[in-house]
Amino acid sequence: MGEVIVVTSGKGGVGKTTTTANLGVGLAALGHKVALIDADIGLRNLDVLLGLENRIVYDLTDVTGGRCRLKQALIKDKHCEGLHLLPASQTKDKTAVNPEEMKKLCQDIAQEFEYVIVDCPAGIEQGFRNAIAGADKAIVVTTPEVAAVRDADRIIGLLEAAELRNPKLIINRFRYKMVQQKDMMSIEDIIDILAVDLLGVVPEDEQVVVSTNKGESVIQDERSRSGQAFRNIVRRIKGEAIPLMNLNQNGMLNKLRRIIGLK
Amino acid sequence: MLEFLTRLFSRESSTSKDIAKERLRLVLVHDRAGVSPQLLQALKSELIKVISNYMEIDEQGLEVNLDSSENQVALIANIPIKQMKRLPENIVSGP
Ligand SMILES: Nc1ncnc2c1ncn2[C@@H]1O[C@H](COP(=O)(O)OP(=O)(O)OP(=O)(O)O)[C@@H](O)[C@H]1O
Ligand SMILES: [Mg+2]
Repeated sequence: MGEVIVVTSGKGGVGKTTTTANLGVGLAALGHKVALIDADIGLRNLDVLLGLENRIVYDLTDVTGGRCRLKQALIKDKHCEGLHLLPASQTKDKTAVNPEEMKKLCQDIAQEFEYVIVDCPAGIEQGFRNAIAGADKAIVVTTPEVAAVRDADRIIGLLEAAELRNPKLIINRFRYKMVQQKDMMSIEDIIDILAVDLLGVVPEDEQVVVSTNKGESVIQDERSRSGQAFRNIVRRIKGEAIPLMNLNQNGMLNKLRRIIGLK
Repeated sequence: MLEFLTRLFSRESSTSKDIAKERLRLVLVHDRAGVSPQLLQALKSELIKVISNYMEIDEQGLEVNLDSSENQVALIANIPIKQMKRLPENIVSGP
């Protein structure tokens, strides 16, 4: 029986789908059987991030509605052996699925896969309740901004109320320079306020956009810093104790490393 | 004068990160306590009613908020007084 992990945030646009795609690719690259579920019904995204938008025949609501079998709806990733996607439907609204159906779906998929990662829609309504219904564990993504951290706090409360205890936090779009200038909350500030365990910190990185444009994942880019951060997170999910990477991209040593191609 | 100076300086050195953190801390006190703006507004109106029996207050300047320190949540009210009501019977025995 595999593990079902839901990626949540509360506030929209902080990086849930980016995180889901990268963790999926990263875990599959290490040889695991991984299924990604796009639970953002009506606003499908994950297929585009993975470059699979042209391969969709059936979607999540076709499976829960009994119009096709699970196997027919799961799409194999192009680059990554072992990675599969269950796309969201683009036409239906969130009420096309209910939490019981999602729970059953997650259980069925977890029979076949080691990791099932659910990409949650923004907000705290039905779409959120659907996405978390079948999850064993939760990841909360935030950026270091007041509104995002506030919503993360709300989500953490709702997750705990739904018996998803000890959610793990990913701080995305972290800007070391701004933190140094004291113009952005630090990792310690955020952890202190939210009182949760940190799973990782992903720096702000243009390479995320470049990879996304190509339908690829930045985690496969050996030299990108955000890719390194995601690779570390993958290993932490597997239970390894990996220290936080050096987030100071402008440090002399790092500059030198980059110039000579070590990083 | 000294107080003014230290305040000026401390305000200058309070960075946007500190402001963000403080605002976040306060908003979370309200969120976590489940205190809505409507509830606070209702509380304010009642406070004004009661206090106005005894003194004339600046309703615009009235501030009522929650705050927290060391795991304790407190209700903090700042109520500027314009004038005490000069009715001895009020002060002694209430209206
Ligand atoms: N570390 C990063 N550096 C730079 N850009 C990033 C980073 N992470 C995410 N982005 C960009 O932020 C945008 C939003 O990301 P994403 O779609 O993953 O967020 P989301 O939380 O899934 O949004 P929604 O709530 O709409 O589903 C995208 O354009 C993405 O490329
Ligand atoms: Mg998304």
